[in-house]
Amino acid sequence: MRRTLAVVAIAGLLASAAACGGDDDKNASGGEITAEGVDDGTELALWTRAPLELQARKLVEAYNKSHKNQVKLTIVPNDDYVAKVGAAAGSGDLPDLFAADIVYVPNWTKAGLFADLTDRIKLLPYADKINKGHLTAGTFEDKQYVLPFVLDLSVIFYNKKLYKEAGLDPSKGPTTIDEFKEQALAVQKLGKPGVFGTYFGGNCGGCNVFTWFPMIWASGQDVMNPEGTQSLLDGAAAQKVYATWRELQEAGAIAPGAKDETGATWVAAFQQGKVGVMPYPATLLSTAAKTVDVGVVGIPGVDGGASTFVGGDGIGISKDSKKSEQAWNFLTWLTSEAAQVDVLAANDSTVSRTDLADNKYAQKDPRVVTVNQVAASAQSKTPVAVNFQQAFNAPGSPWMTLVRNQVYGDPSTLGKDNAALTDSLAQ
Amino acid sequence: MAPTRIRSASRSRRAWTGWAYAAPTALFVVVFFVLPIVLVGRMSVSDWGLFAGNRGWNAPENFTEAVGDRLFWPAVWFTVKYTVVTTVILLGLALGLALLVQESSRWTGILRTSFLVPSALGLASASLLFYALYSPQASPFPGQISFLGTPSSALWSTVALIVWRFAGFYMLLLLVGLQSIPGDVYEAARLDGAGRWQTFRHVTLPLLRPSLALCTILCVTGSLLAFDQFYILTKGGPDNSTVTIVQLVYNMAFQGQNDLGRAAALSIVVLAALLVVNLLQFRTLRGKER
Repeated sequence: MRRTLAVVAIAGLLASAAACGGDDDKNASGGEITAEGVDDGTELALWTRAPLELQARKLVEAYNKSHKNQVKLTIVPNDDYVAKVGAAAGSGDLPDLFAADIVYVPNWTKAGLFADLTDRIKLLPYADKINKGHLTAGTFEDKQYVLPFVLDLSVIFYNKKLYKEAGLDPSKGPTTIDEFKEQALAVQKLGKPGVFGTYFGGNCGGCNVFTWFPMIWASGQDVMNPEGTQSLLDGAAAQKVYATWRELQEAGAIAPGAKDETGATWVAAFQQGKVGVMPYPATLLSTAAKTVDVGVVGIPGVDGGASTFVGGDGIGISKDSKKSEQAWNFLTWLTSEAAQVDVLAANDSTVSRTDLADNKYAQKDPRVVTVNQVAASAQSKTPVAVNFQQAFNAPGSPWMTLVRNQVYGDPSTLGKDNAALTDSLAQ
Repeated sequence: MAPTRIRSASRSRRAWTGWAYAAPTALFVVVFFVLPIVLVGRMSVSDWGLFAGNRGWNAPENFTEAVGDRLFWPAVWFTVKYTVVTTVILLGLALGLALLVQESSRWTGILRTSFLVPSALGLASASLLFYALYSPQASPFPGQISFLGTPSSALWSTVALIVWRFAGFYMLLLLVGLQSIPGDVYEAARLDGAGRWQTFRHVTLPLLRPSLALCTILCVTGSLLAFDQFYILTKGGPDNSTVTIVQLVYNMAFQGQNDLGRAAALSIVVLAALLVVNLLQFRTLRGKER
């Protein structure tokens, strides 16, 4: 421990020397692992998927401006990302740094795509403040491989203007699942053309993982066993969630197109002011707030509670990188206050360090504080399963079959659908 | 070949030239066909993860798991259904168009061009075009028609795209066949007092059989291997009702299972099935010809 502190202190000195425009410190590249890594003008390759383009670009720009190392960013279309990473992994051509959807991380760490960061992460003075969900997802057999890159959280968004018209209190969003249903129905009752109670991605596995899991967590129940090999999505709270959406569907309170919604446009209707209340990605708060007076609360459970899906992307150094010291320099900076507050928070993204949650940008907007508070709640989680993609996110996954049967089809198949989900997880 | 006396030197030289001419093609076939197939064959018997690479022998597990996948039989059934529907509609329509274009003289140029233009568009681009036409956000069709929302509407919407895209191409193939039928056969038929339908049934169709056979084989093979259109339009949805067998291969490799070994095993199964199907087609179509 004392040694760790000493190294951190030295690293701190080196960092301040570098900040003052000092020369390269040769000690840093002597093979010893440091908290700071090496900043010697190396070019680093970084891959990420298109949905995170905005944050990734801002981060890379800021890093390149303030460092000698230069990061070259490659944005890959969402649907091609797994195939591209797979091909590169097979031929040993992975970039120095690459991000991964946090729910795929357990699978990728198991496959050995990332370099071990355990000793390095220990050197960070704020190691215990980094988002637990992402760190846990990035841990395989007690070794840590991944740090949070960009966080994406789910919360309830509601349209304050529509709430006022419907006679609801615009300062209060739903605090239980039943309230969510009643408020959606109340907005629906307005009978305004083109305006609906709520919306969801009826053909999008990832969307419903993101928005429905928190309702179950907030009810104090779990979606899988801790190993991620058995589905618990036939529990009482889960059934309540399915029944709620089915009732909303039968009442015609879900905007049309939901049944075919594959996720490409599931956030659009709310931004157009056509939806009363729905679980929504917190990352889009600033975008939605441009057109709609948005209210924000955590996603509630059956009897209250508040939870969020701690999603987004984790990032690690690839197994193939020969510049891991330099790549680590980027990762250290990424978790520093400079990146978290001055880049991410300044652009309305959630910070991935609990000690920076209450920053100057968040304070300006009480809604951001709400989001950060929910993120820190014990009921907020990142689900961990090696076969997450095939069980939940893939088109036509067993989860999608379950959801569609529960909302649109024959709900009595829950036991069978849940068993298929377990089969897929346990493979 | 006529038995002429050729000096052996010149003969060996000609043989050498022949090999030289064939070499580039042979090289291409080896590099782009034989080697990949050997690689796929090796993958299909190995435990080959997308990320992990080759982890040793895994046959016949790869094959039993591929065939045992919960979507395997639905995918086979859907692919066959799609192939039959597409082939019948496409060839019927193409034959009609070919006859139309051949008979009318005045509009022939415009007609031929307008039927052929869709063939100039790549299948992926055409699929995207139809995706926009079908999507509720961009569709020019009034009202909320769900083009891709139910299993049967998704199938028919895709068939519409394929017919639009390929009818001109098959029309052209059949047109060539039609025009190679000598005029005196028709004249003889007319002299014998054959009506329009009788001429078509007993003269045109039998003489067009080679062209029809070619079109059938192309269309059946193409449809059994359908991927792009469904990947772009439906992603196999709704509820896995439009997953074709090649899509299943893709899904096994890149969409979750990330198992190249199992995907390769399924590819080998598909390859074998295609060989059998094509063999049967050649047999029956040639048999009828005799």
